[in-house]
Amino acid sequence: MMWDVLLWGILPYVMLAVLIGGTIWRYRYDQFGWTTRSSQLYESRLLRIGSPIFHFGLLAVIAGHFFGLVIPMSWTLFFGMSQDFYHLNALLVGGVAGVCTLGGIVILIYRRRKTGPVFMATTSNDKIMYVVLTAAIVLGLWTTLASVFSGEHGHNYRETVSPWFRSLFILQPDVAAMAAAPFSFHIHTLVGMLLFTIWPFTRLVHAFTAPLHYLFRPYIVYRSRDQEPGQVRPARRGWAPIGTKDRTPDKR
Amino acid sequence: MRVMAQMGMVMNLDKCIGCHTCSVTCKQAWTNRAGTEYVWFNNVETRPGQGYPRRYEDQEQWKGGWQLNKKGRLVLKGGGRLKKLFGLFASPVQPELKDYYEPWTYDYKTLIDAPLGDDFPVARPKSLITGKDTKISWSANWDDDLGGAPEMGHLDPIVEKVRRESEDKIKFAFEQTFMFYLPRICEHCLNPSCMASCPSGAIYKRVEDGIVLVDQDKCRGWRQCITGCPYKKIYFNHKTGKAEKCTFCYPRVEVGLPTVCSETCVGRLRYLGLFLYDADRVTDAAAVTDVTDLYESQMDVLLDPNDPEVAAAALDQGIPADWLDAARKSPVYALAKVYKVALPLHPEYRTMPMVWYVPPLSPIVDLLSEQGHDAEDSGNLFGAIDALRIPVEYLAELFTAGDTDKITEVLRKLAAMRAYMRAITMEQEPDPSIPAAVGMSPGSMYEMYRLMAIAKYDERYVIPKAHVEQAHDLEEMGCSVDFEGGPGMYEDSPFGEASGRPTPVAVENFYALKDRQTSDTPAGEQALRGRVNLLNWDGNGSPTGLFPEKRDRPSAAAPSPADLRPPTEGGSS
Repeated sequence: MMWDVLLWGILPYVMLAVLIGGTIWRYRYDQFGWTTRSSQLYESRLLRIGSPIFHFGLLAVIAGHFFGLVIPMSWTLFFGMSQDFYHLNALLVGGVAGVCTLGGIVILIYRRRKTGPVFMATTSNDKIMYVVLTAAIVLGLWTTLASVFSGEHGHNYRETVSPWFRSLFILQPDVAAMAAAPFSFHIHTLVGMLLFTIWPFTRLVHAFTAPLHYLFRPYIVYRSRDQEPGQVRPARRGWAPIGTKDRTPDKR
Repeated sequence: MRVMAQMGMVMNLDKCIGCHTCSVTCKQAWTNRAGTEYVWFNNVETRPGQGYPRRYEDQEQWKGGWQLNKKGRLVLKGGGRLKKLFGLFASPVQPELKDYYEPWTYDYKTLIDAPLGDDFPVARPKSLITGKDTKISWSANWDDDLGGAPEMGHLDPIVEKVRRESEDKIKFAFEQTFMFYLPRICEHCLNPSCMASCPSGAIYKRVEDGIVLVDQDKCRGWRQCITGCPYKKIYFNHKTGKAEKCTFCYPRVEVGLPTVCSETCVGRLRYLGLFLYDADRVTDAAAVTDVTDLYESQMDVLLDPNDPEVAAAALDQGIPADWLDAARKSPVYALAKVYKVALPLHPEYRTMPMVWYVPPLSPIVDLLSEQGHDAEDSGNLFGAIDALRIPVEYLAELFTAGDTDKITEVLRKLAAMRAYMRAITMEQEPDPSIPAAVGMSPGSMYEMYRLMAIAKYDERYVIPKAHVEQAHDLEEMGCSVDFEGGPGMYEDSPFGEASGRPTPVAVENFYALKDRQTSDTPAGEQALRGRVNLLNWDGNGSPTGLFPEKRDRPSAAAPSPADLRPPTEGGSS
């Protein structure tokens, strides 16, 4: 019981605090390090296959999580969507999206390991991130597949995980509901929380600056030299390097 | 009418000897860091040639610049906003390192470290990308001076096009070949397609001087600008993951110094100065239907600073009076708009480039004198322009979107200037019919000659300083206290060059400015981490650290090897 409270009552808030605080901190401190760190210059062929599959798959996965976690079961039932129909849909669409995401990241990791220059440009930060990200995807797929094979009697996460997720936002975490979910969901959620905790400190931050404003801004940008005086702060020691190591020989 | 000022450059291609000094000094000042090994803000291409990166002018492949859609509206050739966003995850049209070249260094250490043996140790080339042994097979100017032209000359997109359209015009046979050099920097366009392609909005045009810059803090590395720029003058720093481009040496220009490439140009072929233009008319001018009209429409956008109406509007819109003065004295305005001998590079990309070129004429003179004609007689010169060694069609594809008449017009002006000036230098009666034949008065022809042949430093570079009252608010000035003095001033951030904050270049600029204002020694004396810093070098004396320190000659002793070296005081100004 105490573990349940710790894991499902306290940890989510710790994760949120780190995620929000860390992102703000990074945004203020490290604008220069805030980039996709693209490796397309080194290798393009595999990237052009793997990256869109991964990213579009991931977008679908995110949409699926939104549907499953945020929209209460009573609403979909109200609109005449039966539980079976929802379940089938979630499995089909979710399964395809999950497999795409996993396939994409497998291609990307293969590329990263096998292409010399790309591997050289991979930091240990990246490696840790890849492990956590892949684990989250694999475990997520596992929860999906598990419910496929258990068929009718599969676990209905919309009665356990989803209410807990929503209860977090009204600051009254429904620990009991989450505790009732099976182990596969527990572990997926925990790894997911770990992923969001390290998020601000990895290259994943690029997702937070997805350039949607591009659709609305004017094409030509004029900017005055003296618009934003005194914006630059000196660099201070923060965390492990985001960039790759510089070649040292030309430094003294 | 919205009057804006634009720093511009003109390069006189007749004077370019292809020495690459501009490229080297530019690289030394700006891109000698890890991640920018392959980056050449300034490069010199031999034409015909593939250019850098290879075949960048083939916009059917690279999708740079603008085009008109079916409704006649200006759209990015690379696709609209939605298409760009959907292509974000793996940019569909993107040059790879192999389109540039794989940068390398040499394993110099073995020369010293190699164990005693029968063979001489060799410094093997090592790739700077993989760190492994590499075979050098391409570089930034592999086809320099037509190297490999018989095999690869046809890969020049313009050669391809001209050959398609006119049989046999371009030959690479030894006796019929031609070449000239084309130095290229960022065009600092009035209608930049890189800027329009940037999803983050990190690329901006400075209101004061029109210099196009990448905000390194805002750039997120989406790489669309690299596709968008038809000149491929935006590069991806593969260590920092950010786009970088030619800065028009803005820290130098702000204090009235010419860009490093101009300062160090051996042929003195570069001119710097201001254009005034009407910002409201740019988009319409870039959207004229016929590509051959783009040159004229670009000229129409440029405003005459001597026109009282323009001057009044300029002052009214906050352009300082001394800038207006500089615009009146601007050599680039004179060459582009008054004498009309400078042409924009590839106007058909519809970006309104602001680096202009005087097309090359020289080979014609050699040709004529070889054939026994009086090479500088105006009649002979005019007649021979169509038979130029450098086909007019080739130049037209570069500078006038294929319109050969405009190129011929410019070449006739240059030829007329030679013929007219020859009479003067030979102390003969100059023939006023020569300038008249190209629509110029004898007076303006003489003025043009002066500007192109003997203009001094301050006539070639008319650069108004950034206003100090504005400079106090300079974006990066607030940090100067944090960086003031001390060896830490130019230290790296703790994580190496690729993280934290870059040393704001305005800090260096600030010191250069202070130095120039308060001392009578040349600016830039302070050492920068053991490196030579050309950024603050004002052309007086030689930059610190460029040569080893001069040792005192030991008297009456045998000369040591050090003494046998040439003198180290490189006085150049």
